[in-house]
Amino acid sequence: MKKELIHLLDISKSFDGELVLDELDLSIHENEFLTLLGPSGCGKTTTLRILGGFVTPDKGRVVFDGQDITTLPPNKRQLNTVFQKYALFTHMNIAENIAFGLKIKNKSQSYIEDKIKYALKLVNLEGYEKRMPDSLSGGQQQRIAIARAIVNEPKVLLLDEPLGALDLKLRQDMQYELIRLKNELGITFIYVTHDQEEALTMSDTIVVMNQGYIQQIGTPETIYNEPENAFVADFIGDSNIIDALMIEDKLVSILGMKFACVDTGFGKNKPVDVVIRPEDVELVEPGDGTIQGVVSHLIFKGVHYEMEVMANGFEWLVHSTQMFPVGTNVGIRVNPFNIQIMNKPESEDEEAAAIEE
Amino acid sequence: MKNKKRTGQLLSAPYLVWAAIFILVPLGMVFYYGLTDKTGAFTIANVAAIMGAEHAKALWLSIGLSVVSTLICFLLAYPLAMILANMNVNQHSFIVLVFILPMWMNFLLRTLAWQTLLEKNGVLNQILGFFHLPPLNLINTPAAIILGMVYNFLPFMVLPIYNALVKIDPSVVNAARDLGANGIQTFLKITFPLTIPGIISGITMVFVPALTTFVISKLLGGSKILLIGNVIEEEFTQAGNWHLGSGLSIVLMIFIIFNMVISAIFDKNGEGSML
Repeated sequence: MKKELIHLLDISKSFDGELVLDELDLSIHENEFLTLLGPSGCGKTTTLRILGGFVTPDKGRVVFDGQDITTLPPNKRQLNTVFQKYALFTHMNIAENIAFGLKIKNKSQSYIEDKIKYALKLVNLEGYEKRMPDSLSGGQQQRIAIARAIVNEPKVLLLDEPLGALDLKLRQDMQYELIRLKNELGITFIYVTHDQEEALTMSDTIVVMNQGYIQQIGTPETIYNEPENAFVADFIGDSNIIDALMIEDKLVSILGMKFACVDTGFGKNKPVDVVIRPEDVELVEPGDGTIQGVVSHLIFKGVHYEMEVMANGFEWLVHSTQMFPVGTNVGIRVNPFNIQIMNKPESEDEEAAAIEE
Repeated sequence: MKNKKRTGQLLSAPYLVWAAIFILVPLGMVFYYGLTDKTGAFTIANVAAIMGAEHAKALWLSIGLSVVSTLICFLLAYPLAMILANMNVNQHSFIVLVFILPMWMNFLLRTLAWQTLLEKNGVLNQILGFFHLPPLNLINTPAAIILGMVYNFLPFMVLPIYNALVKIDPSVVNAARDLGANGIQTFLKITFPLTIPGIISGITMVFVPALTTFVISKLLGGSKILLIGNVIEEEFTQAGNWHLGSGLSIVLMIFIIFNMVISAIFDKNGEGSML
């Protein structure tokens, strides 16, 4: 593992008596693209603001490169933020916007000019020096906001839902742009979003948060394929989350039918949650499946068909390139690798966190 | 679409009639009287009369006192507007009320109240006398007029600056801090420049009424200090010379229009339009 750069130590914060972060502990490494992902109100933006220095935690410490920076004001921190609504200085032109941080640091005129050129080239907006922010499109303004932040050579770039205000196509382009930027700059990106697709596309590490708690930390693949609880499974992508009983190692009873799986160590006859992704549900001839059901819904989605199959009292969500008309009797089969077993939430807090969407 | 436009035009008709009768016609009359003599012949003598020593003196004094009052208003209003803008809603509606409350009282009454306070045997001098301090010569001085102007027109400076301040996106201020600017640098480079349109509006809204006032100078300046407003008023009411009064009004109007143009150039977003 790479060197640890930032450590959030048992951070708690409440606003107006409402607990937003509860003893959050998070370690961020050098040159990592880390995404804080969660629904609104989960504490992800507060975490970012604590890192930026705009919010002081009630409890806990922020350690940056071995140094306690919990109470350091934002202007003394070696990190820069890209704000949600760009926050460009509308009374300055693009060059002046980008130069702002460098002028504060009393850099030489020629250094500043070189940096402006370099930054504009990096965000593909060469020649925009004299334009005013208002005359730029949303996507361009966001690139300028990024350029303005990176000329200061921060060790960490904080991005607060920077693509939230852009339309879909632009958002996708910017995602690739951000990955490229991160690789070229070789610095740590901490990215906040509620968009799971954005998180999966760009991140090295995803931190799924809900109601002030970290639900799971992992790579996009882990988060998607092996969600640790029902909340994570439900929040990341579509999924079938089913009450089930772990009969023994590698055997689980789902809706009364026995399915082979690969998980072990849950004990015998233990109630669990099971996640099966809709693309992992195979529809076969009724006799060949583990469970029989009837197709109750069919929608064409472009890449695949989305179907709902009523089987043993549960409506299974199925994504398949093969079409089965409504009313068809089908069998359902699932590859043991694609059955993800999760412990039921233990505490009430976790329970609440899991139910909230 | 077309119908909507026509309905709009129809609905605005009563106002257009009102504007024509009570704004355009009187304005036309001012120009007519200002540019003619008693026989009705065209002349610019009434306008040129501003060059006369007495009139010029009144005009310069008016400009001088208005500039000083506007400056004092600005120096008081900016910190006040900043305090207001940083308050939460409950506190701030109370403070705004405290400021707006006197404005609900008649302008004349408020100024008369100051007269009572500042008079030779007025409240202030009685208090000084109680402490065996020598009485101050307060009333009928330029300072008293400036006090009256500042007191009456301060809210017109506070509100547009306040409007400009609350319109600043907090994340813009945070961005400046994030980029390394300390509190003072952030104010000088971000907050202040972004409030300039509001400041210009405020200056116009204080300077124009201060320049044209004749009530404040009459009540607090006595008959000793004549402002251009008083001169014009006397031409109309006492001397009965509508031609000269109108001619001087035209001169004053030129100053006001000049001020408005400057304000319009800076205040494109209409910070002042809420008043």
